[in-house]
Amino acid sequence: MTDALVRLECVSKTYSTPVGPVTAVEDLSLDILHGEILGVIGYSGAGKSTLVRLINALELPTTGRVLVGGDELSDLPEKRRRAVRREIGMIFQQFNLFASRTVAGNVAFPLKLAGVRQPERDRRVARLLDFVGLLDRAHAYPEQLSGGQKQRVGIARALATDPKLLLADEATSALDPETTADVLALLKRVNRELGVTIVVITHELDAIRAIADRVAVMDGGRLAEVGAVYDVFARPSSPTVARFVATVLHDRPSAETVRRLRAAHPGRLITATVPARRGFTALLAGTFAKHGVGGELVYGGISDLQEKPIGALTYELTGADAAIDAALAELRAEGIGYVEEDAR
Amino acid sequence: MSDVLSDLPTFYAAIWQTLLIVLAALVAAGALGLGIGILLYATAPGRLLENRAVNLVTNIVVNIVRPVPFIIFIAAIAPLTVRVLGTYIGVQGAAFAISLSAAFAVSRIVEQNLVAVDPGVVEAARAMGASPARIIFTVLIPEGLGPLILGYTFIYVALVDMSAQAGAVGGGGLGDFAIQYGLNRFNYPIIYITVGVIIVIVQVGQFFGNSLARRVMRR
Repeated sequence: MTDALVRLECVSKTYSTPVGPVTAVEDLSLDILHGEILGVIGYSGAGKSTLVRLINALELPTTGRVLVGGDELSDLPEKRRRAVRREIGMIFQQFNLFASRTVAGNVAFPLKLAGVRQPERDRRVARLLDFVGLLDRAHAYPEQLSGGQKQRVGIARALATDPKLLLADEATSALDPETTADVLALLKRVNRELGVTIVVITHELDAIRAIADRVAVMDGGRLAEVGAVYDVFARPSSPTVARFVATVLHDRPSAETVRRLRAAHPGRLITATVPARRGFTALLAGTFAKHGVGGELVYGGISDLQEKPIGALTYELTGADAAIDAALAELRAEGIGYVEEDAR
Repeated sequence: MSDVLSDLPTFYAAIWQTLLIVLAALVAAGALGLGIGILLYATAPGRLLENRAVNLVTNIVVNIVRPVPFIIFIAAIAPLTVRVLGTYIGVQGAAFAISLSAAFAVSRIVEQNLVAVDPGVVEAARAMGASPARIIFTVLIPEGLGPLILGYTFIYVALVDMSAQAGAVGGGGLGDFAIQYGLNRFNYPIIYITVGVIIVIVQVGQFFGNSLARRVMRR
C-alpha cells in the first residue's frame, strides 16, 4: 500500500432521473493521503458532494473503485460498510444536529452506535465537548446555539468514535466570516493535534486558503486539477481552473470590467500575474520608469496563499508603443507573466 | 328529566364503554398505523429501505381502505370481525373495526410527519453507520415526536367520533346510548347531555395531547 488513506480509481457516478441519466462524477481518480487536509473546490453542481458521499459509501460508484483503508467499498456487504462509516466522521453545511437531543446527546449518539457504555461514554462526551470549547453547553439543545456553536457540536459528534478521516461538506458555507475562521481553526487543530485526515468540500477559496495542504479542483464531475494549493492557484493548468481561480480571487478583470476600464483609460491595459517572489510592484515600477512608460495601477488584487503572494494587477501603460513593447519584453525576460487586454 | 336520572347507570356504563373503545383503538390503531406509516415512508424511492413493489402495494391498500365511510366499513368487515371475535357488535366488535379503520388513517399521519423530518439528520445518522431500524426508532421518531403526538391527538378525536358512529350498529358506548335512549325515545335532553360528555372527552384529550407535544417540542 501507498500512504493513501482513501483511493478513488476511475470512479463514475451516474444517477437515473426522470429527465435521463445525470453523471455527477466522471472518471475521477484521486488519492487522499494520511494526515493531510485536502480541499475540494468547484462551482456548485461540480460533483463535490457526490464525491464526498462516495468516500463514506453513502453513494456507491456506478463504475470504478473506492478503497478506504484497502477495502473496496462496493465489495463489502452493507453491514461492513456501516462499520466503515463509523470510522469516518462527517460534518454538514446545515449541521444536521438532532433537534430532539441535547448537545451531549448528539455527541453521545455515535458512541452508542459503537457500543461504548457508561460511564466511558459520558467521559468521552465531556472530553470532546471540552476540545471544541462547549463543555458548558452540554445540556443545551441545538436550537439554543449559534451557527458556529452548532458546527462545533457537529465536529465533536463527528470525532466521537476517533475516526481517521473527517469529511466536511460545505461545513462553513452557512456561517459568517468570523465564525468561519473559528471553525476552520478548529478543523486545523483536529488535523494537527489529533492527526485526523480531513477532506474539505467547499466553494469558498478562503476555506482552502486557511487550512488545506492540497486542493482538488472539480469541474463538471471531473477532476480538473489536483496539487499543492499554491501551485494550483498560481499556475492553473487548464482554462477551467484559471477561470475558477479568477472568480474566487477577483484579481482579473472580466470582459465587462475591461470595457469599463477602457472607457476611462485610453492607454494599453496589461494584466500581470503576481509571482511568488517579493519586490514585484517595485520591479514593475522600475521597469516602466526606465523605459519612460507611464504605468498606472487600475485594477487587481493580491492575496496571501500559504505565506506566498498570489493575484494579478492590471496597469494602464502610456507612452510610445515601442517603449511599452521594450518594457514588456524586459518583464518577460524577468519571468513576469502578463496578458494584454484586447486591443481597441 | 326523571328519565335521564333513571338511565344514569346505563349512561355511566356507556361513558366507560366509549373510553374503553377509544383507548383500546388508540393503542391498537396507533401501533398498527405506526408500522404501516413507517413502511410507507421507508420504502418510498430514495429512502432507507427503498422498495418499489412494497411501497406501491402498501399505498394501494391504504388508498382502498381510507375513503370507505366508516359506517360502511364496519358492515363490510363484519364477517372478519365475527371470525376473529365471534361477534361484530358490542364494545369488542366496535373496537376491532375502529382500530382497523383508524390504523390506515394513522399510517398517513405517521408518513406525513416522518417525511417532514429534516432528511439531513437521516443522512447524518447514515454517515455515522446507523442501521435503518436504528435510524427509524432512534432518529426519525424522536425527531418527529412533537408533530406525531399532535397527529395522534387528531386521531384520538376521530376515534371518539367513530366510536359514536359504531353506536348506530350496536357498538355500545355513548353513540349507542344516545340513539337507544335519546333518539328512539324522542328524549332530546339525553342526546344533548351525551353530546356534552363527548365534547368533554374530546377537550380533555386534545388538551392533554397539546401539552404533551408542547413539552416534547420545548415550545
